[in-house]
Amino acid sequence: MQHKAEEHKERKSVREMKIGERGVICCLQDPEMGLKLLEMGCIPGTEVKMNSRAPLGDPITIIVNNYTLSLRLDEAETILLKQ
Amino acid sequence: MPVATQPEIKPAARVTAGAEEVKIALIGNPNSGKTSLFNQLTGLNQKVGNFPGVTVDKKTGYSQLTPSIRAEIIDLPGTYSLYPKSLDERVITDLLYDPTSKHFPDLVIVTADASNLKRNLLLFTQLADLQLPAVLALNMVDVAEQEGVKIDVALLQRELGVPVIPMNARKGIGVAALKIVMTQQLSAPEKPFFQIPANLQPLLQSIKERFNLSNDYLALQFAHQYKSLKFLSEENVAWLDEQLEAVGFKSNALQADETIARYTRINELLLDAVRVEKAEKDEKFSNRLDQILTHRVFGYLIFFGILFLIFQAIFAWASYPMDLIDGGIAGLNTLIQENFSGPLVNLLTEGVIAGLGGILVFVPQIAILFAFIAVLEETGYMARVTFMMDKIMRKFGLNGKSVVPLISGVACAVPAVMSARTIENWKDRMITIFVTPLMSCSARIPVYTVLIALVVPEKYYFGFMNLQGLVLMGLYLLGFLAAILSALLLKVLLKARERSYFIMEFPTYKMPRWKNVGITIVEKVKAFVFEAGKVIVAISIILWVLASYGPGNNFEKAEQLALKEAQAENLTEEQTENRIASHQLESSYAGIVGRTIEPVIRPLGYDWKIGIALLTSFAAREVFVGTMSTIYSIGEEENVTTIKNKLMSEKDANGDPFFTPARSFSLMIFYLFAMQCVSTLAIVRRETKSWTWPAAQLVYMSGLAYVMAFITYQLFS
Repeated sequence: MQHKAEEHKERKSVREMKIGERGVICCLQDPEMGLKLLEMGCIPGTEVKMNSRAPLGDPITIIVNNYTLSLRLDEAETILLKQ
Repeated sequence: MPVATQPEIKPAARVTAGAEEVKIALIGNPNSGKTSLFNQLTGLNQKVGNFPGVTVDKKTGYSQLTPSIRAEIIDLPGTYSLYPKSLDERVITDLLYDPTSKHFPDLVIVTADASNLKRNLLLFTQLADLQLPAVLALNMVDVAEQEGVKIDVALLQRELGVPVIPMNARKGIGVAALKIVMTQQLSAPEKPFFQIPANLQPLLQSIKERFNLSNDYLALQFAHQYKSLKFLSEENVAWLDEQLEAVGFKSNALQADETIARYTRINELLLDAVRVEKAEKDEKFSNRLDQILTHRVFGYLIFFGILFLIFQAIFAWASYPMDLIDGGIAGLNTLIQENFSGPLVNLLTEGVIAGLGGILVFVPQIAILFAFIAVLEETGYMARVTFMMDKIMRKFGLNGKSVVPLISGVACAVPAVMSARTIENWKDRMITIFVTPLMSCSARIPVYTVLIALVVPEKYYFGFMNLQGLVLMGLYLLGFLAAILSALLLKVLLKARERSYFIMEFPTYKMPRWKNVGITIVEKVKAFVFEAGKVIVAISIILWVLASYGPGNNFEKAEQLALKEAQAENLTEEQTENRIASHQLESSYAGIVGRTIEPVIRPLGYDWKIGIALLTSFAAREVFVGTMSTIYSIGEEENVTTIKNKLMSEKDANGDPFFTPARSFSLMIFYLFAMQCVSTLAIVRRETKSWTWPAAQLVYMSGLAYVMAFITYQLFS
């Protein structure tokens, strides 16, 4: 699930998504946090939708596997999307 | 919803049939209705105990399944997988991986949210691979149906290899069916969901041999988690270290592969067993509600409105039942004292019963605060609070949920500290508990008001800003500042024991279950009365003895001196009694302590009389006012004006007023910072399950109080 950092340079992360935007998970960058995200259903190939932002911009909620998941921006940054 | 047919039960598998008591573990994702099911199965027949080494409570309960079979049900912390991500979750692995543990279950009930089955089944497939006898409680089928999710229960049951009971735990639907199955089904699922890579087989084989295990997946779990399994000896840990090193065991990568493989398998399985009839609704009800409740303006307005309501409730509404308890205890004491006499009666009334009263008086506040908190948790609103406050609070080492304990701390630190339980992260929770008592609680009000009345003139600025009020507000702000800055300090000092994540399910809004709310209230009140209560009564008795007895015949001498003075000064009977009480307190052990510590507190501007008050008010701050009244022979009528006039007339050695602004402000600052509350110490011990935290709090807060009071005294004089 991990690739070399250079490959990810141009990839967009969930952090940069706009509200309502959809994308497909490509890979997870932080191996340890990745385990937690995998368990929550953020499996590469799964569709995510940016759902909402907290009033102060952080944390956010996304929709994955038909449920709402909340996470902080620096956690969302580790979820990269397919182009 | 199709009705499931029970799988055939082989007679050999009926391990518990006929047995008197079966041990059952309840496990499931957070928000999967696990607590509702636990409450449905056990009702009020629950008890709270400890798991060694962690702060999470061990909740066990009993359920009579049939006239001859009773189940002991243990409620395990909510988790998303068998790979623990927090300290609390490790309780689960310690229990399930150690067949010699006295809690090792005969049967595991896995709760799963039917409207969110995919993620909920991950945990189930892990448990199934351990080959523990299991039942799947397919909860919230009503929600799933509303969302157009149709589940083929019979097919699911066949595929999973265990009974699947569709239910609605909130309403109690399906509980009876579950109870029946609990008495029967005990065969473990046979085929594993996850194929362990073949190259790991030699390793697993040697682990199985060494630990006498029969299950491959359990052996794999040993390899992944040996460092955190409490029951493994050091020697075994070293052996596993060596084995894993030898084969180059990559725990993270293997776990990731396993989770992906499990999801793939679950997806295949659900493809047949679950049909979604309606297309994904554009906007669910919860999402629409969130647009208001987490709105950048209305969201905070509503939240502060709710906080205000909670604060109002524990501050003002709770005072009525509290006054009733106070009155009742006082009445009981008078009744006993009027009818009996002797030192034992005094010990009973002024020591034991007064101590018990000091505990019971907290019950209304705890009950009211937890009624609110339970409703906020049950409805899913608490998750929104964390969501809105996380960014600010995180800067100070706190958690979005810390807001509730901090605000409640303004009323009383005892229920506030208990409410920190909702914070999952260990470090965030400890910091919150540590700083909450710095918030100025209602017990400080009598101390503040008497001292402010003494030295702050009743002046008005701009016609409405009362100077006394401004000083009082300043004291509250100072307490808040102290709490926030101490949190920041601890954030740096305290090492995190686990990584802090915010990755969690954002629950949908639900109506609260009043039964769950009621059980929470009862549980919290019991925890306080029975666990913190012991410490409070013990210390109350010690303090009472110190203030009521003196060495040798000191007390008689004090009485005679007082009587002589009374004759000389022509005092009334009541004044004489007050004088006796005053002289006796001075010659008691507390008086001796007061004189002994005088050199230490002199730099703060205090004399030995204040020393006595500091000691006696160690149990509870508000006792300060009572002790001052006794020392200055004011009598029992604790009227602010009388006390104020009496204290104002008090002169120092030079004949100048003793209670100067410097002294009074020094005292206010001392009470603002000092940990003068046995009940808080007792509840912190109960919540952190160690004496280290309350001891650290006592040292830190007393030290801070001393230094700040010293600075204040020096600045003003």
